[in-house]
Amino acid sequence: MTSSAPETVLEMRDVVTRFGQHVVHQGVSLAVRRGEVFAVIGGSGSGKSTLLREMILLQTPNEGAVHVLGVDLHGISDDAALALRQRFGVLFQQGGLFGSLTILENIGLPLREHRQLDDPAVDAIAAQKLAAVGLTPEVGGQYPAELSGGMVKRAALARALVLDPELLFLDEPTAGLDPQNAAGIDELVRHLSRGLGLTVVMITHDLDLLWQVSDRVAVLGDGKVQGIGSMAELAQIANPAIQPFFEGPRTRAAQAQACLAHEESSSKPK
Amino acid sequence: MTDGPTPPDTVSPARWRWLQDIGRHACVALAQAYALLGFLGQSVLALAGWVSHPKRIRWRPVLFNLRSAGLDALPIVGLLSLLLGVVVAYQGADQLKQYGANIFVADLVGLSMLREFGPLMTAIIIAGRSGSAYAAQIGTMTVTQEIDAMRTIGIAPLEMLVLPKLLALMIAMPLLTVFADVTGVLGGMLTARTQLGVGFGEFLDRFAKAISVSSYLVGLGKAPVFAAIVVMVGCFQGFRTHGGADSVGQQTTRAVVQSIFLVIVADALFSVVFNLLDL
Repeated sequence: MTSSAPETVLEMRDVVTRFGQHVVHQGVSLAVRRGEVFAVIGGSGSGKSTLLREMILLQTPNEGAVHVLGVDLHGISDDAALALRQRFGVLFQQGGLFGSLTILENIGLPLREHRQLDDPAVDAIAAQKLAAVGLTPEVGGQYPAELSGGMVKRAALARALVLDPELLFLDEPTAGLDPQNAAGIDELVRHLSRGLGLTVVMITHDLDLLWQVSDRVAVLGDGKVQGIGSMAELAQIANPAIQPFFEGPRTRAAQAQACLAHEESSSKPK
Repeated sequence: MTDGPTPPDTVSPARWRWLQDIGRHACVALAQAYALLGFLGQSVLALAGWVSHPKRIRWRPVLFNLRSAGLDALPIVGLLSLLLGVVVAYQGADQLKQYGANIFVADLVGLSMLREFGPLMTAIIIAGRSGSAYAAQIGTMTVTQEIDAMRTIGIAPLEMLVLPKLLALMIAMPLLTVFADVTGVLGGMLTARTQLGVGFGEFLDRFAKAISVSSYLVGLGKAPVFAAIVVMVGCFQGFRTHGGADSVGQQTTRAVVQSIFLVIVADALFSVVFNLLDL
């Protein structure tokens, strides 16, 4: 990225979330800079998904402040929320495509809702986004139930991108995909970030995505952020809440591959 | 929306367990009634938004629901009301014959169908047919994160999923009730002719004298209320789905049971009120 001072696009300060007696977050603070790929990891039940829901206006924390794209989410009005929602895109874990609409209609839906465009224009933009996520035009006429898991994720990503958002949220983008499809998503996320300059916030367990695509990673544990930094930095921290993510043969393989890729790219002649 | 009383978590001796269970169930029921009331309030507010900005009304889903909950329900509503009319007349036939009061079958069938059975049968059939469909649709959309996606795209699920159903069924239910009235009386006429020797002409003559317009309107007036109950309960239970696919089934069952329960309770209340008003 060419921007000088890193600008904060998303900030959470001392966020506390409770479900009845159960405390999920007890003071989560983090900041996402413009243009980076920011990942949130943590064991199951650590409140990653809840944190994401609080970022995308689906849930309100009990305490603390959340700012997204400079807008304070606390007590936000309906109109302001509607305007903000058009500035970010969300890829849900299940895709969240509407089963009653074709893929092309799904992708075009945000445009039909929020932009004054005629049908051919909407379809043209939708088709363009469909191609951008690597799907063939024939897919556009199909229904979500007819597609494979990987294609559903790509189509849902196309819908998330159709309003040209500044910020993209991904909830487990590679979960449930075979390695080849997952690699394709890795490539797509990298392209969106590096090529289009989008800020990406994602929840993931995918080690390849973490090591090769993420710029910074926040580790969530015991209701707090245990550490933030690049994967290489986090690997150096001797925190018992962080270390489990850096142990085991799968991690070492992903780490080794990432180092290899890094050396290759840095040894290329300029 | 889940505020309200929560069941206390105390341990008591086994022989008092039943009392504790009753209390706990009462608290759960109360909390749910409270949440349903909240949902009703939200829906009314959204409806007020539609009324003040008619441009925002989503006509496509309204028309779609008119067809699926109204037009498509005509055969089953018609058939069951016809059978009910036959049964009511049949049950009355023996008593009436003993007193030689055969012609009063028109009063019996007309009043019971128009005032009670027409609207009630229709509401119960629609609760089973459409109420379950509403809960299942919204429940499935919750599980597949379509509801979340809808919110993030900036479409209010209430306006997309609840209000069109409400509007459509409040139009369709009175129409279906009229249809049920007609086929029910037709069923009564068939029995009257075969069992009591009362011809169609005689029956209709007596029918016109015995049944006042207010009886017809009393029955018809209940239909929109029943429609609102079926839609609200069905959608409410759909939105309460959480977790996986098995929850969808549970919520669907709950939607049907509760909407039929509430429809019958409302019908009883209507009877009391109409009685007091001398209608």
